[in-house]
Amino acid sequence: MKKLLNYAAITAMCLAAFTGCGDKDSSGGKVSTDGSTSMEEVIGALGEAFKEKNTDCQFTYNPTGSGSGITAVAEGRCDIGLSSRKLKDEEKAQGLSETVLAYDGIAVIVNPSNPVADLTVDQIAGIYTGEITNWSELGGSDLEIVLIGREAGSGTRDGFESVTGTEDACKYRQELTSTGDVITTVGSNENAIGYASLAAVKDSVKAVSVGGVAPSAETIKDGSYAVQRPFMLITKDDKKLSETAQKFFDYALSDEAKSIIENAGVVPAKD
Amino acid sequence: MKNKSRIFENIVHGIFLILGLITVGCVLLITVYLIVSGIPAIREIGIFNFLFGKKWASTAATPSYGILPFIMTSVYGTAGAIVLGVPVGFLTAVYLAKLAPKKVKAVVETAVKLLAGIPSVVYGLVGMLVLVPAIKSIFGIPDGASLFAAIIVLAVMILPSIISVSMTALESVPNEYEDASLALGATPVETYFKVSVPAAKSGIAAAVVLGVGRAIGEAMAVMMVSGNAANMPSIFKSVRFLTTAVASEMSYSSGLQRQALFSIALVLFLFIMLINAALNFFLKHDKEK
Repeated sequence: MKKLLNYAAITAMCLAAFTGCGDKDSSGGKVSTDGSTSMEEVIGALGEAFKEKNTDCQFTYNPTGSGSGITAVAEGRCDIGLSSRKLKDEEKAQGLSETVLAYDGIAVIVNPSNPVADLTVDQIAGIYTGEITNWSELGGSDLEIVLIGREAGSGTRDGFESVTGTEDACKYRQELTSTGDVITTVGSNENAIGYASLAAVKDSVKAVSVGGVAPSAETIKDGSYAVQRPFMLITKDDKKLSETAQKFFDYALSDEAKSIIENAGVVPAKD
Repeated sequence: MKNKSRIFENIVHGIFLILGLITVGCVLLITVYLIVSGIPAIREIGIFNFLFGKKWASTAATPSYGILPFIMTSVYGTAGAIVLGVPVGFLTAVYLAKLAPKKVKAVVETAVKLLAGIPSVVYGLVGMLVLVPAIKSIFGIPDGASLFAAIIVLAVMILPSIISVSMTALESVPNEYEDASLALGATPVETYFKVSVPAAKSGIAAAVVLGVGRAIGEAMAVMMVSGNAANMPSIFKSVRFLTTAVASEMSYSSGLQRQALFSIALVLFLFIMLINAALNFFLKHDKEK
Protein backbone atom coordinates (compact mmCIF):
# COMPACT_ATOMS: atom_id res chain seq x y z
CA MET A 1 0.00 0.00 0.00
CA LYS A 2 2.81 2.33 0.87
CA LYS A 3 4.26 1.76 -2.59
CA LEU A 4 1.12 3.11 -4.19
CA LEU A 5 1.34 6.20 -2.05
CA ASN A 6 4.94 6.53 -3.11
CA TYR A 7 4.00 6.37 -6.75
CA ALA A 8 1.32 8.96 -6.15
CA ALA A 9 3.89 11.17 -4.45
CA ILE A 10 6.31 10.76 -7.35
CA THR A 11 3.60 11.62 -9.84
CA ALA A 12 2.64 14.66 -7.82
CA MET A 13 6.25 15.73 -7.75
CA CYS A 14 6.58 15.34 -11.49
CA LEU A 15 3.52 17.50 -11.95
CA ALA A 16 4.90 20.02 -9.51
CA ALA A 17 8.15 20.08 -11.44
CA PHE A 18 6.26 20.83 -14.64
CA THR A 19 4.23 23.63 -13.18
CA GLY A 20 7.31 25.03 -11.47
CA CYS A 21 9.18 25.47 -14.72
CA GLY A 22 7.57 28.66 -15.81
CA ASP A 23 7.35 30.94 -12.85
CA LYS A 24 10.53 31.74 -11.00
CA ASP A 25 14.12 30.73 -10.85
CA SER A 26 13.85 27.48 -8.93
CA SER A 27 17.50 26.47 -9.16
CA GLY A 28 18.57 28.73 -6.33
CA GLY A 29 16.29 27.62 -3.53
CA LYS A 30 15.92 23.92 -4.05
CA VAL A 31 16.96 20.86 -2.13
CA SER A 32 16.20 17.42 -3.45
CA THR A 33 16.46 14.21 -1.44
CA ASP A 34 16.09 10.69 -2.71
CA GLY A 35 16.19 7.32 -1.03
CA SER A 36 14.99 5.13 1.80
CA THR A 37 11.25 4.63 2.11
CA SER A 38 11.77 3.89 5.81
CA MET A 39 12.88 7.48 6.26
CA GLU A 40 9.71 8.87 4.71
CA GLU A 41 8.19 10.00 7.98
CA VAL A 42 11.25 11.66 9.47
CA ILE A 43 12.47 13.31 6.27
CA GLY A 44 8.96 14.45 5.42
CA ALA A 45 8.61 16.15 8.80
CA LEU A 46 12.04 17.75 8.50
CA GLY A 47 11.29 18.96 4.98
CA GLU A 48 8.04 20.51 6.04
CA ALA A 49 9.57 22.31 9.00
CA PHE A 50 12.44 23.47 6.79
CA LYS A 51 10.06 24.90 4.21
CA GLU A 52 8.11 26.65 6.92
CA LYS A 53 11.28 28.33 8.09
CA ASN A 54 12.54 29.16 4.60
CA THR A 55 9.43 29.90 2.62
CA ASP A 56 11.34 30.65 -0.58
CA CYS A 57 12.96 27.22 -0.64
CA GLN A 58 11.68 24.10 -2.32
CA PHE A 59 12.11 20.69 -0.78
CA THR A 60 11.54 17.41 -2.59
CA TYR A 61 11.75 13.83 -1.40
CA ASN A 62 11.68 10.91 -3.77
CA PRO A 63 10.86 7.68 -1.93
CA THR A 64 12.76 5.14 -4.00
CA GLY A 65 14.69 3.06 -1.51
CA SER A 66 18.17 3.23 0.01
CA GLY A 67 19.91 1.67 -2.98
CA SER A 68 18.27 3.99 -5.49
CA GLY A 69 18.92 7.04 -3.29
CA ILE A 70 22.61 6.23 -3.04
CA THR A 71 22.80 5.75 -6.81
CA ALA A 72 20.93 9.01 -7.34
CA VAL A 73 23.35 11.05 -5.25
CA ALA A 74 26.34 9.33 -6.84
CA GLU A 75 25.00 10.28 -10.27
CA GLY A 76 24.21 13.79 -9.14
CA ARG A 77 20.48 13.42 -9.63
CA CYS A 78 19.72 14.69 -6.13
CA ASP A 79 21.45 16.79 -3.48
CA ILE A 80 21.23 14.46 -0.52
CA GLY A 81 20.74 10.70 -0.59
CA LEU A 82 18.86 8.96 2.19
CA SER A 83 19.92 5.54 3.32
CA SER A 84 18.72 3.35 6.15
CA ARG A 85 21.82 1.19 5.95
CA LYS A 86 25.53 1.87 6.09
CA LEU A 87 27.30 2.46 2.79
CA LYS A 88 28.90 -0.55 1.22
CA ASP A 89 32.63 -0.34 0.44
CA GLU A 90 31.95 -0.16 -3.27
CA GLU A 91 29.65 2.79 -2.67
CA LYS A 92 32.22 4.55 -0.50
CA ALA A 93 34.70 4.03 -3.30
CA GLN A 94 32.46 6.19 -5.49
CA GLY A 95 33.34 9.15 -3.27
CA LEU A 96 30.25 9.12 -1.06
CA SER A 97 30.18 9.83 2.63
CA GLU A 98 27.56 9.20 5.28
CA THR A 99 26.30 11.26 8.19
CA VAL A 100 24.10 9.65 10.83
CA LEU A 101 20.86 11.57 11.20
CA ALA A 102 19.01 9.29 13.58
CA TYR A 103 18.69 5.74 14.88
CA ASP A 104 15.72 3.61 14.04
CA GLY A 105 14.72 0.78 16.29
CA ILE A 106 13.49 -2.29 14.44
CA ALA A 107 10.65 -3.82 16.38
CA VAL A 108 10.21 -7.59 16.34
CA ILE A 109 6.47 -8.02 16.08
CA VAL A 110 4.05 -10.87 16.74
CA ASN A 111 0.29 -11.24 16.67
CA PRO A 112 -1.35 -9.71 19.78
CA SER A 113 -2.86 -13.11 20.68
CA ASN A 114 0.62 -14.64 20.92
CA PRO A 115 1.60 -15.18 24.59
CA VAL A 116 5.32 -14.81 23.84
CA ALA A 117 6.42 -11.35 24.95
CA ASP A 118 10.17 -11.54 25.25
CA LEU A 119 12.87 -13.00 23.00
CA THR A 120 16.64 -12.85 23.09
CA VAL A 121 18.64 -11.91 20.01
CA ASP A 122 19.83 -15.54 19.87
CA GLN A 123 16.26 -16.79 19.94
CA ILE A 124 15.28 -14.37 17.17
CA ALA A 125 18.23 -15.56 15.12
CA GLY A 126 17.22 -19.16 15.83
CA ILE A 127 13.67 -18.49 14.70
CA TYR A 128 14.72 -16.79 11.49
CA THR A 129 17.34 -19.38 10.57
CA GLY A 130 14.84 -22.17 11.04
CA GLU A 131 16.34 -23.78 14.16
CA ILE A 132 13.27 -22.91 16.20
CA THR A 133 10.11 -23.74 14.28
CA ASN A 134 7.38 -23.94 16.89
CA TRP A 135 6.13 -21.33 19.33
CA SER A 136 5.97 -23.98 22.08
CA GLU A 137 9.79 -24.01 22.15
CA LEU A 138 9.59 -20.38 23.30
CA GLY A 139 6.83 -20.83 25.86
CA GLY A 140 3.99 -20.14 23.48
CA SER A 141 1.20 -22.28 22.08
CA ASP A 142 1.87 -25.34 19.93
CA LEU A 143 1.84 -23.53 16.59
CA GLU A 144 4.29 -23.49 13.72
CA ILE A 145 6.17 -20.21 13.41
CA VAL A 146 5.53 -18.32 10.18
CA LEU A 147 8.43 -16.04 9.28
CA ILE A 148 7.52 -12.76 7.68
CA GLY A 149 10.26 -10.58 6.26
CA ARG A 150 11.07 -7.91 3.72
CA GLU A 151 12.35 -8.27 0.18
CA ALA A 152 16.04 -8.53 -0.65
CA GLY A 153 17.60 -5.08 -0.75
CA SER A 154 15.24 -3.56 1.80
CA GLY A 155 16.98 -1.41 4.40
CA THR A 156 14.86 -2.87 7.17
CA ARG A 157 15.76 -6.43 6.18
CA ASP A 158 19.41 -5.52 5.88
CA GLY A 159 19.31 -3.82 9.29
CA PHE A 160 17.48 -6.70 10.94
CA GLU A 161 19.66 -9.41 9.46
CA SER A 162 22.91 -7.65 10.23
CA VAL A 163 21.92 -6.96 13.84
CA THR A 164 20.74 -10.52 14.45
CA GLY A 165 23.59 -12.07 12.45
CA THR A 166 21.25 -13.93 10.13
CA GLU A 167 22.46 -12.55 6.79
CA ASP A 168 21.52 -14.81 3.90
CA ALA A 169 20.27 -17.47 6.32
CA CYS A 170 16.67 -16.40 6.91
CA LYS A 171 14.07 -18.94 5.89
CA TYR A 172 11.26 -16.55 5.08
CA ARG A 173 7.78 -17.84 4.50
CA GLN A 174 6.74 -14.47 3.09
CA GLU A 175 8.85 -11.66 1.68
CA LEU A 176 6.73 -8.54 1.54
CA THR A 177 7.56 -5.23 -0.05
CA SER A 178 6.47 -2.73 2.55
CA THR A 179 6.38 -2.17 6.28
CA GLY A 180 2.61 -1.80 6.12
CA ASP A 181 2.19 -5.19 4.45
CA VAL A 182 4.32 -6.85 7.14
CA ILE A 183 2.22 -5.31 9.90
CA THR A 184 -1.05 -6.28 8.19
CA THR A 185 0.10 -9.85 7.66
CA VAL A 186 1.42 -10.34 11.19
CA GLY A 187 -1.72 -8.73 12.56
CA SER A 188 -3.90 -11.27 10.79
CA ASN A 189 -1.95 -14.47 11.47
CA GLU A 190 -1.41 -15.73 15.02
CA ASN A 191 1.51 -17.90 13.88
CA ALA A 192 3.47 -15.04 12.39
CA ILE A 193 6.54 -13.14 13.47
CA GLY A 194 7.87 -10.15 11.56
CA TYR A 195 9.95 -7.03 11.86
CA ALA A 196 9.24 -3.39 11.11
CA SER A 197 10.37 0.11 11.97
CA LEU A 198 9.34 0.89 15.52
CA ALA A 199 7.84 4.14 14.28
CA ALA A 200 5.41 2.24 12.07
CA VAL A 201 4.24 -0.33 14.64
CA LYS A 202 0.55 -0.09 15.40
CA ASP A 203 -1.81 -1.70 17.92
CA SER A 204 -2.71 -4.47 15.48
CA VAL A 205 0.59 -6.15 16.35
CA LYS A 206 2.65 -6.66 19.51
CA ALA A 207 6.29 -5.59 19.68
CA VAL A 208 8.20 -8.08 21.84
CA SER A 209 11.00 -7.00 24.14
CA VAL A 210 14.46 -8.16 23.20
CA GLY A 211 16.58 -9.56 26.03
CA GLY A 212 14.15 -8.00 28.49
CA VAL A 213 14.39 -4.53 26.96
CA ALA A 214 11.25 -3.14 25.37
CA PRO A 215 11.80 -1.05 22.25
CA SER A 216 11.40 2.67 22.96
CA ALA A 217 13.16 5.93 22.20
CA GLU A 218 15.11 5.74 25.46
CA THR A 219 16.28 2.16 25.09
CA ILE A 220 17.32 2.75 21.49
CA LYS A 221 19.22 5.92 22.34
CA ASP A 222 21.13 4.38 25.24
CA GLY A 223 21.87 1.36 23.09
CA SER A 224 20.27 -1.20 25.39
CA TYR A 225 17.69 -2.24 22.78
CA ALA A 226 19.73 -4.35 20.43
CA VAL A 227 17.81 -4.33 17.16
CA GLN A 228 18.44 -0.87 15.72
CA ARG A 229 19.96 0.74 12.64
CA PRO A 230 21.14 4.16 11.52
CA PHE A 231 19.34 6.60 9.24
CA MET A 232 21.98 8.27 7.07
CA LEU A 233 22.31 11.37 4.97
CA ILE A 234 24.51 10.57 1.98
CA THR A 235 26.56 13.25 0.29
CA LYS A 236 29.14 13.31 -2.45
CA ASP A 237 32.65 14.26 -1.37
CA ASP A 238 33.79 16.01 -4.53
CA LYS A 239 30.60 18.00 -5.08
CA LYS A 240 29.83 20.91 -2.81
CA LEU A 241 26.22 21.10 -1.68
CA SER A 242 24.23 24.01 -3.03
CA GLU A 243 23.58 26.77 -0.53
CA THR A 244 20.05 25.60 0.15
CA ALA A 245 21.02 21.94 0.37
CA GLN A 246 23.76 22.81 2.87
CA LYS A 247 21.24 24.84 4.85
CA PHE A 248 18.91 21.84 4.99
CA PHE A 249 21.76 19.50 5.88
CA ASP A 250 22.79 21.72 8.81
CA TYR A 251 19.19 22.17 9.85
CA ALA A 252 18.54 18.42 9.93
CA LEU A 253 21.47 17.95 12.28
CA SER A 254 20.70 20.99 14.45
CA ASP A 255 19.34 20.93 17.99
CA GLU A 256 16.22 22.55 16.65
CA ALA A 257 15.42 19.57 14.47
CA LYS A 258 15.81 17.10 17.33
CA SER A 259 12.25 17.37 18.51
CA ILE A 260 10.96 16.94 14.96
CA ILE A 261 13.01 13.78 14.53
CA GLU A 262 11.76 12.48 17.88
CA ASN A 263 8.17 13.20 16.89
CA ALA A 264 8.67 11.09 13.78
CA GLY A 265 9.30 8.09 16.03
CA VAL A 266 13.05 7.73 15.66
CA VAL A 267 15.92 8.73 17.87
CA PRO A 268 18.14 11.67 16.87
CA ALA A 269 21.84 10.86 16.60
CA LYS A 270 22.85 14.03 18.40
CA ASP A 271 22.47 14.19 22.17
CA MET B 1 -9.02 23.29 -55.48
CA LYS B 2 -8.31 19.67 -56.17
CA ASN B 3 -4.61 20.25 -55.60
CA LYS B 4 -5.32 21.91 -52.29
CA SER B 5 -7.37 19.04 -50.98
CA ARG B 6 -4.65 16.63 -52.05
CA ILE B 7 -2.10 18.54 -50.01
CA PHE B 8 -4.46 18.43 -47.06
CA GLU B 9 -4.91 14.69 -47.56
CA ASN B 10 -1.17 14.20 -47.60
CA ILE B 11 -0.71 16.19 -44.43
CA VAL B 12 -3.34 14.15 -42.63
CA HIS B 13 -1.73 10.98 -43.91
CA GLY B 14 1.58 12.17 -42.58
CA ILE B 15 0.14 12.92 -39.15
CA PHE B 16 -1.47 9.49 -38.94
CA LEU B 17 1.75 7.85 -40.01
CA ILE B 18 3.66 9.65 -37.26
CA LEU B 19 1.06 8.70 -34.66
CA GLY B 20 1.26 5.10 -35.79
CA LEU B 21 5.03 5.16 -35.64
CA ILE B 22 4.89 6.34 -32.01
CA THR B 23 3.41 2.98 -31.03
CA VAL B 24 5.93 1.06 -33.07
CA GLY B 25 8.65 3.24 -31.62
CA CYS B 26 7.56 2.45 -28.07
CA VAL B 27 7.61 -1.28 -28.73
CA LEU B 28 11.02 -1.04 -30.37
CA LEU B 29 12.37 1.11 -27.57
CA ILE B 30 11.19 -1.31 -24.88
CA THR B 31 12.48 -4.33 -26.79
CA VAL B 32 15.88 -2.82 -27.42
CA TYR B 33 16.13 -1.51 -23.87
CA LEU B 34 15.22 -4.89 -22.37
CA ILE B 35 17.68 -6.74 -24.55
CA VAL B 36 20.49 -4.27 -23.95
CA SER B 37 19.98 -4.18 -20.20
CA GLY B 38 19.07 -7.84 -19.83
CA ILE B 39 21.95 -9.46 -21.67
CA PRO B 40 24.92 -8.36 -19.48
CA ALA B 41 23.72 -10.14 -16.35
CA ILE B 42 22.90 -13.33 -18.25
CA ARG B 43 26.43 -13.21 -19.70
CA GLU B 44 27.99 -12.69 -16.32
CA ILE B 45 25.94 -15.35 -14.54
CA GLY B 46 25.93 -17.77 -17.46
CA ILE B 47 22.76 -18.66 -19.29
CA PHE B 48 22.60 -22.17 -17.85
CA ASN B 49 23.11 -21.04 -14.24
CA PHE B 50 20.60 -18.26 -14.75
CA LEU B 51 17.78 -20.24 -16.35
CA PHE B 52 18.27 -23.53 -14.53
CA GLY B 53 19.73 -22.45 -11.20
CA LYS B 54 17.42 -23.38 -8.36
CA LYS B 55 18.64 -20.84 -5.85
CA TRP B 56 17.91 -17.12 -5.87
CA ALA B 57 19.78 -15.16 -3.21
CA SER B 58 20.46 -11.83 -4.83
CA THR B 59 21.81 -9.93 -1.84
CA ALA B 60 23.74 -12.75 -0.17
CA ALA B 61 27.48 -12.43 0.42
CA THR B 62 27.97 -14.97 -2.35
CA PRO B 63 24.93 -14.20 -4.45
CA SER B 64 23.28 -16.79 -6.65
CA TYR B 65 20.93 -15.88 -9.43
CA GLY B 66 18.96 -18.94 -10.48
CA ILE B 67 15.50 -18.17 -11.79
CA LEU B 68 14.19 -21.70 -12.31
CA PRO B 69 11.89 -21.31 -9.25
CA PHE B 70 10.34 -18.21 -10.81
CA ILE B 71 9.93 -19.78 -14.24
CA MET B 72 8.36 -22.93 -12.80
CA THR B 73 6.10 -20.87 -10.54
CA SER B 74 4.90 -18.75 -13.45
CA VAL B 75 4.28 -21.88 -15.53
CA TYR B 76 2.49 -23.76 -12.73
CA GLY B 77 0.54 -20.71 -11.63
CA THR B 78 -0.63 -19.93 -15.14
CA ALA B 79 -1.46 -23.57 -15.82
CA GLY B 80 -3.43 -23.77 -12.58
CA ALA B 81 -5.34 -20.61 -13.39
CA ILE B 82 -6.16 -22.00 -16.85
CA VAL B 83 -7.29 -25.34 -15.42
CA LEU B 84 -9.64 -23.58 -13.00
CA GLY B 85 -10.62 -20.59 -15.13
CA VAL B 86 -11.12 -22.04 -18.60
CA PRO B 87 -13.91 -24.55 -17.84
CA VAL B 88 -15.82 -21.92 -15.87
CA GLY B 89 -15.23 -19.18 -18.44
CA PHE B 90 -15.90 -21.40 -21.44
CA LEU B 91 -19.16 -22.84 -20.11
CA THR B 92 -20.28 -19.36 -19.06
CA ALA B 93 -19.61 -18.18 -22.59
CA VAL B 94 -21.62 -21.07 -24.11
CA TYR B 95 -24.47 -20.34 -21.72
CA LEU B 96 -24.45 -16.61 -22.43
CA ALA B 97 -24.06 -16.92 -26.17
CA LYS B 98 -26.60 -19.67 -26.75
CA LEU B 99 -28.80 -20.54 -23.81
CA ALA B 100 -29.32 -17.56 -21.55
CA PRO B 101 -32.57 -15.55 -21.57
CA LYS B 102 -31.97 -11.95 -22.68
CA LYS B 103 -32.39 -10.42 -19.23
CA VAL B 104 -30.04 -12.88 -17.54
CA LYS B 105 -27.55 -12.36 -20.32
CA ALA B 106 -27.61 -8.59 -19.89
CA VAL B 107 -27.00 -8.86 -16.14
CA VAL B 108 -24.22 -11.46 -16.40
CA GLU B 109 -22.52 -9.60 -19.23
CA THR B 110 -22.47 -6.41 -17.18
CA ALA B 111 -21.01 -8.32 -14.25
CA VAL B 112 -18.31 -9.80 -16.47
CA LYS B 113 -17.41 -6.36 -17.82
CA LEU B 114 -17.25 -5.03 -14.29
CA LEU B 115 -14.98 -7.90 -13.30
CA ALA B 116 -12.67 -6.94 -16.16
CA GLY B 117 -12.57 -3.36 -14.94
CA ILE B 118 -11.55 -4.08 -11.36
CA PRO B 119 -7.93 -2.98 -10.84
CA SER B 120 -5.54 -5.79 -10.03
CA VAL B 121 -4.54 -4.21 -6.74
CA VAL B 122 -8.13 -4.68 -5.58
CA TYR B 123 -7.99 -8.37 -6.47
CA GLY B 124 -4.80 -8.54 -4.48
CA LEU B 125 -6.26 -6.74 -1.50
CA VAL B 126 -9.34 -8.93 -1.32
CA GLY B 127 -7.14 -11.97 -1.82
CA MET B 128 -4.83 -10.89 0.97
CA LEU B 129 -7.53 -10.08 3.50
CA VAL B 130 -10.15 -12.74 2.66
CA LEU B 131 -8.70 -15.55 0.57
CA VAL B 132 -5.36 -16.01 2.35
CA PRO B 133 -6.84 -16.31 5.87
CA ALA B 134 -9.59 -18.57 4.46
CA ILE B 135 -7.04 -20.93 2.88
CA LYS B 136 -5.12 -20.93 6.13
CA SER B 137 -8.09 -22.07 8.19
CA ILE B 138 -9.71 -24.39 5.62
CA PHE B 139 -6.55 -26.37 4.92
CA GLY B 140 -5.11 -26.03 8.41
CA ILE B 141 -1.74 -24.73 7.25
CA PRO B 142 0.29 -22.18 9.21
CA ASP B 143 0.08 -19.52 6.51
CA GLY B 144 -2.30 -19.14 3.58
CA ALA B 145 -0.13 -17.05 1.26
CA SER B 146 0.73 -19.66 -1.32
CA LEU B 147 0.71 -20.74 -4.96
CA PHE B 148 -2.84 -21.96 -4.42
CA ALA B 149 -4.05 -18.49 -3.40
CA ALA B 150 -2.34 -16.97 -6.44
CA ILE B 151 -3.93 -19.55 -8.76
CA ILE B 152 -7.41 -18.75 -7.48
CA VAL B 153 -6.89 -15.00 -7.84
CA LEU B 154 -5.48 -15.45 -11.36
CA ALA B 155 -8.31 -17.79 -12.35
CA VAL B 156 -10.84 -15.11 -11.42
CA MET B 157 -8.82 -12.41 -13.16
CA ILE B 158 -8.66 -14.24 -16.49
CA LEU B 159 -12.38 -15.05 -16.51
CA PRO B 160 -13.53 -11.82 -18.25
CA SER B 161 -11.15 -12.15 -21.20
CA ILE B 162 -11.97 -15.84 -21.65
CA ILE B 163 -15.71 -15.25 -21.44
CA SER B 164 -15.89 -12.24 -23.74
CA VAL B 165 -13.56 -13.59 -26.43
CA SER B 166 -15.16 -17.05 -26.55
CA MET B 167 -18.60 -15.44 -26.58
CA THR B 168 -17.70 -13.37 -29.62
CA ALA B 169 -16.39 -16.49 -31.33
CA LEU B 170 -19.53 -18.49 -30.52
CA GLU B 171 -21.85 -15.71 -31.60
CA SER B 172 -20.15 -15.39 -34.98
CA VAL B 173 -20.86 -19.02 -35.86
CA PRO B 174 -23.30 -18.79 -38.82
CA ASN B 175 -26.88 -19.61 -37.86
CA GLU B 176 -27.18 -22.01 -40.79
CA TYR B 177 -24.81 -24.47 -39.09
CA GLU B 178 -26.99 -24.67 -36.05
CA ASP B 179 -30.23 -24.71 -38.01
CA ALA B 180 -28.97 -27.61 -40.07
CA SER B 181 -28.01 -29.56 -36.98
CA LEU B 182 -31.36 -28.88 -35.31
CA ALA B 183 -33.18 -29.86 -38.47
CA LEU B 184 -31.40 -33.20 -38.43
CA GLY B 185 -32.92 -33.88 -35.04
CA ALA B 186 -30.06 -32.97 -32.69
CA THR B 187 -31.09 -31.38 -29.40
CA PRO B 188 -30.03 -27.74 -28.80
CA VAL B 189 -27.33 -28.72 -26.28
CA GLU B 190 -25.96 -31.36 -28.66
CA THR B 191 -25.91 -28.74 -31.38
CA TYR B 192 -24.02 -26.20 -29.26
CA PHE B 193 -21.34 -28.63 -28.18
CA LYS B 194 -21.01 -30.64 -31.39
CA VAL B 195 -21.51 -27.91 -33.99
CA SER B 196 -21.13 -24.39 -32.59
CA VAL B 197 -18.16 -25.05 -30.33
CA PRO B 198 -16.11 -26.93 -32.95
CA ALA B 199 -16.91 -24.18 -35.44
CA ALA B 200 -15.67 -21.55 -32.98
CA LYS B 201 -12.71 -23.54 -31.73
CA SER B 202 -9.93 -21.27 -32.95
CA GLY B 203 -11.65 -18.27 -31.36
CA ILE B 204 -11.94 -20.20 -28.12
CA ALA B 205 -8.29 -21.20 -28.35
CA ALA B 206 -7.44 -17.53 -28.79
CA ALA B 207 -9.44 -16.80 -25.63
CA VAL B 208 -7.40 -19.36 -23.70
CA VAL B 209 -4.13 -17.94 -25.00
CA LEU B 210 -5.27 -14.45 -24.06
CA GLY B 211 -6.01 -15.79 -20.57
CA VAL B 212 -2.52 -17.28 -20.40
CA GLY B 213 -1.08 -13.92 -21.41
CA ARG B 214 -2.97 -12.07 -18.74
CA ALA B 215 -2.13 -14.63 -16.05
CA ILE B 216 1.58 -14.76 -16.78
CA GLY B 217 1.90 -10.98 -16.90
CA GLU B 218 0.01 -10.19 -13.72
CA ALA B 219 2.21 -8.84 -10.93
CA MET B 220 0.38 -6.75 -8.36
CA ALA B 221 -2.37 -9.15 -7.36
CA VAL B 222 -0.17 -12.23 -7.11
CA MET B 223 2.48 -10.31 -5.21
CA MET B 224 -0.04 -9.67 -2.46
CA VAL B 225 -1.17 -13.28 -2.05
CA SER B 226 1.74 -15.52 -2.98
CA GLY B 227 4.18 -14.78 -0.15
CA ASN B 228 7.12 -14.03 -2.46
CA ALA B 229 9.67 -16.47 -1.07
CA ALA B 230 11.91 -17.85 -3.82
CA ASN B 231 10.89 -21.50 -3.38
CA MET B 232 10.49 -24.15 -6.03
CA PRO B 233 6.73 -24.22 -6.57
CA SER B 234 4.47 -26.40 -4.49
CA ILE B 235 0.78 -25.85 -4.04
CA PHE B 236 0.76 -24.65 -0.40
CA LYS B 237 4.22 -23.12 -0.37
CA SER B 238 5.03 -19.46 -0.60
CA VAL B 239 6.25 -18.79 -4.14
CA ARG B 240 7.56 -16.01 -6.36
CA PHE B 241 6.50 -15.43 -9.97
CA LEU B 242 8.66 -13.96 -12.76
CA THR B 243 6.68 -10.74 -12.56
CA THR B 244 6.85 -10.41 -8.79
CA ALA B 245 10.55 -11.26 -8.78
CA VAL B 246 11.12 -8.11 -10.82
CA ALA B 247 8.60 -5.95 -9.02
CA SER B 248 9.46 -6.86 -5.44
CA GLU B 249 13.22 -6.34 -5.60
CA MET B 250 13.53 -3.54 -8.13
CA SER B 251 13.10 -0.62 -5.77
CA TYR B 252 16.09 -1.41 -3.56
CA SER B 253 18.29 -3.22 -6.03
CA SER B 254 21.79 -2.31 -7.14
CA GLY B 255 24.58 -3.62 -9.33
CA LEU B 256 24.35 -7.13 -10.70
CA GLN B 257 21.12 -7.72 -8.77
CA ARG B 258 19.42 -4.96 -10.74
CA GLN B 259 20.85 -6.21 -14.03
CA ALA B 260 19.61 -9.71 -13.20
CA LEU B 261 16.13 -8.28 -12.61
CA PHE B 262 16.24 -6.83 -16.12
CA SER B 263 17.24 -10.27 -17.36
CA ILE B 264 14.21 -11.75 -15.63
CA ALA B 265 12.10 -9.11 -17.35
CA LEU B 266 13.68 -10.18 -20.63
CA VAL B 267 12.75 -13.81 -20.00
CA LEU B 268 9.21 -12.74 -19.17
CA PHE B 269 9.13 -10.64 -22.32
CA LEU B 270 10.13 -13.68 -24.39
CA PHE B 271 7.33 -15.68 -22.79
CA ILE B 272 4.84 -12.97 -23.68
CA MET B 273 6.19 -12.81 -27.25
CA LEU B 274 5.65 -16.57 -27.57
CA ILE B 275 2.12 -16.21 -26.29
CA ASN B 276 1.41 -13.36 -28.71
CA ALA B 277 2.76 -15.43 -31.58
CA ALA B 278 0.42 -18.25 -30.55
CA LEU B 279 -2.46 -15.80 -30.35
CA ASN B 280 -1.73 -14.47 -33.84
CA PHE B 281 -1.53 -18.01 -35.14
CA PHE B 282 -4.99 -18.88 -33.79
CA LEU B 283 -6.59 -15.65 -34.98
CA LYS B 284 -5.10 -15.96 -38.47
CA HIS B 285 -6.20 -19.55 -38.62
CA ASP B 286 -9.68 -18.37 -37.75
CA LYS B 287 -9.75 -15.81 -40.55
CA GLU B 288 -8.45 -18.13 -43.21
CA LYS B 289 -11.30 -20.53 -42.69
